[in-house]
Amino acid sequence: MATAEDKNINALKSFMQESKTKDHPDSQLISILHKAQELYGYISQEVMNEISKEMNIPTAHIWGVATFYHYFNLKPKGKHSISVCLGTACYVKGAEEILNTIREELKIDFGQTSEDNFFTLQEARCLGACGLAPVIMIDDKIYGSLTPKKVVEIIKSYKK
Amino acid sequence: MITIFINDKPYQVEPEQTIMQAADRLGFHIPRLCYHPKLSIEGACRVCIVEVVGMRNYVASCAYPVSEGMKIYTNTEEIRRARRDIVELILDNHPEDCHTCERDGNCELQRLAFAMGIRKRHFEGEKKHYEKDLSSASVIRDPNKCILCGRCVRICSEIQKVNALGYAHRGFKTVVMPAYNMPFKDSVCTTCGQCINVCPTSAFIEKNFTQELFQKLGDKSLIKVAQIAPSVRAAIGEAFALEPGRQLEKELTAALRKLGFDYVFDTQFSADLTIMEEASEFLERFQGKGKLPMITSCSSAWMKCLEQFYPDLIDNVSTCKSPMSMASALIKTYFAKKIKADPKKILSVACMCCTAKKYEALRPELMVDGMQATDMVITTRELAWMIKSAGIDLLHIKGEEFDHPLGYSSGAGTIFGVTGGVMEAAIRTAYELYTGETLLDIEIQDIRGLKGIKEGKLIIDGKEIRVAVAHGLGNANEILSAIRTDPERYHFVEIMGCPGGCIGGGGQPYAGSNSMPLDEECLMKRAEALYGLDRNKTIRRSHENPDVQRLYKEFLGRPLGAVSHKLLHTHYSPKEPRGIVPAELTVK
Repeated sequence: MATAEDKNINALKSFMQESKTKDHPDSQLISILHKAQELYGYISQEVMNEISKEMNIPTAHIWGVATFYHYFNLKPKGKHSISVCLGTACYVKGAEEILNTIREELKIDFGQTSEDNFFTLQEARCLGACGLAPVIMIDDKIYGSLTPKKVVEIIKSYKK
Repeated sequence: MITIFINDKPYQVEPEQTIMQAADRLGFHIPRLCYHPKLSIEGACRVCIVEVVGMRNYVASCAYPVSEGMKIYTNTEEIRRARRDIVELILDNHPEDCHTCERDGNCELQRLAFAMGIRKRHFEGEKKHYEKDLSSASVIRDPNKCILCGRCVRICSEIQKVNALGYAHRGFKTVVMPAYNMPFKDSVCTTCGQCINVCPTSAFIEKNFTQELFQKLGDKSLIKVAQIAPSVRAAIGEAFALEPGRQLEKELTAALRKLGFDYVFDTQFSADLTIMEEASEFLERFQGKGKLPMITSCSSAWMKCLEQFYPDLIDNVSTCKSPMSMASALIKTYFAKKIKADPKKILSVACMCCTAKKYEALRPELMVDGMQATDMVITTRELAWMIKSAGIDLLHIKGEEFDHPLGYSSGAGTIFGVTGGVMEAAIRTAYELYTGETLLDIEIQDIRGLKGIKEGKLIIDGKEIRVAVAHGLGNANEILSAIRTDPERYHFVEIMGCPGGCIGGGGQPYAGSNSMPLDEECLMKRAEALYGLDRNKTIRRSHENPDVQRLYKEFLGRPLGAVSHKLLHTHYSPKEPRGIVPAELTVK
């Protein structure tokens, strides 16, 4: 039986094989990194080593690209991701207070994952729900008209 | 030819070149920083901007091509101010600690700031605060000093094809670092030190042993023994403001004694010894005992490169230690016995043109009777500093001779420092060992000079021997790739890690205010200094060195014998992380 790990690496490898048949195989790196993140949720050193070997690209170069783009996660993400909207409307309505509450509650900052691997904190610029400001989004669900007290309750509800 | 106008005067220049190239040939030196003639154009620093009439913005002259009728201004008040602002902005994020910096007085950024007329600071920028990476045996990386010109990244990927360095993160947080920000020592870095040579500041410097050495030189319980590599004598004068090309062999010997060394030996002696072993090894392999082509093993950056990038070729590489390590092994055995001293009381110091030798000295494979054979390695730069710091007048000192029994060398040992030299020396000896006849034409021009890859053929006893020489690990890659596909192509291959061979080593004096690092003219002059020493010697073949002959008679027995095997030979093994040499970028 193939493990999930085997499955992922096989999928990544066949994606790389396919990339090599494209017009400029050496410029496929970003799409390969996207694929890796899609499969694993983040891009580990081991995965970058695999890409290096398979695509014949030095690791220092891959590391440069992976660290350049904020989109790429180099550490595993938590089970749920919390995006705090810091758009103008939310900001005016007290997003900073909401953010500080989450920071204190989970002891993490933007881009970090809580110790129990439950939450990853992200920054967002307008989630298109300004009428509900201030809002946060946990995974795909929007929570609006927040107060610090409400946020703490919402976070706790996920842990149950 | 096309006509361009520089500062209102017309000039006829070749098309197909950049403004900077055209200006250089016409005697206009446009200030520059990230540009290096041997590296790809980065256009990152913007210091070389000029005004081109009709262009909305100033253009980077290193990257912009000339065209018919182009009107260029290099030195208007506005351009001067813009350039000065650019350099000031670079300085704003730079730690202003010049007076305690290793490159004080030798720093391109400092020189540039002076030339731009920066006498007052207008801005105070945010400083960078990063840990120095002290992990490598050879090279210290200090991102706080880095101005992101990228020369190190380019030399490492383009000339050396090692790709140990890259840019990570972005914007103000951009840092030049190895993959995964791993300690340098755990990366694919070969410790060649070329990043140090091209760095305009001190973001890369060698691991410095000067203070520790001064201390040890004052320790009366130690017997202090030095050895000097060929290329040190060919270049150290440049650190004393001499023109390149003047060798200071005898002056250096005297200076080392004045610094407190009890014995001063010559690495060229052990280069002769290396040839005895290596030529014999080659002949054995040539006669069917062992793998061909045989590849030389003297260059420590190449040793590390071999184990990480080409582990499949380990059996092709000569088992001979480098001349430094051969000398060190003998200092702690043969020589210690001769002077009836406890080898543990001997401090064996190697003065090298190389940063990688610092790494080599720590290789566990090179231990002799449980002792580190080479206790300390200092570069040409460190030695120059020590001589100045101790108040020794190197240029006017009375020259002295090396000590015996490890100080006399043939001309063959001398040319080890130049690309092609080891091969030439080996041929001089192998030919005569094999045929018993004298090789008349011992200067082998095919493998001299600075061409990246040199090939030659010689006939020994009716059999053709094909040889190849590469200097710089990027050139080496071409030969090694060729060997992988066609192992029969060559019989004997010389590889040196640095451009030009040891004369272009990572430990050589910094380029001065009127020269560039890696300058070919400078390398040629250093080479000529060594070829001149060779020509002036009566004995120019390693096997004719009487002290080498005596050493075999008294101590070693014969080349490749049991004692040689124990003291003069070593082994290599695959090491992690594996290095990758990317294929040339190809556009379909």
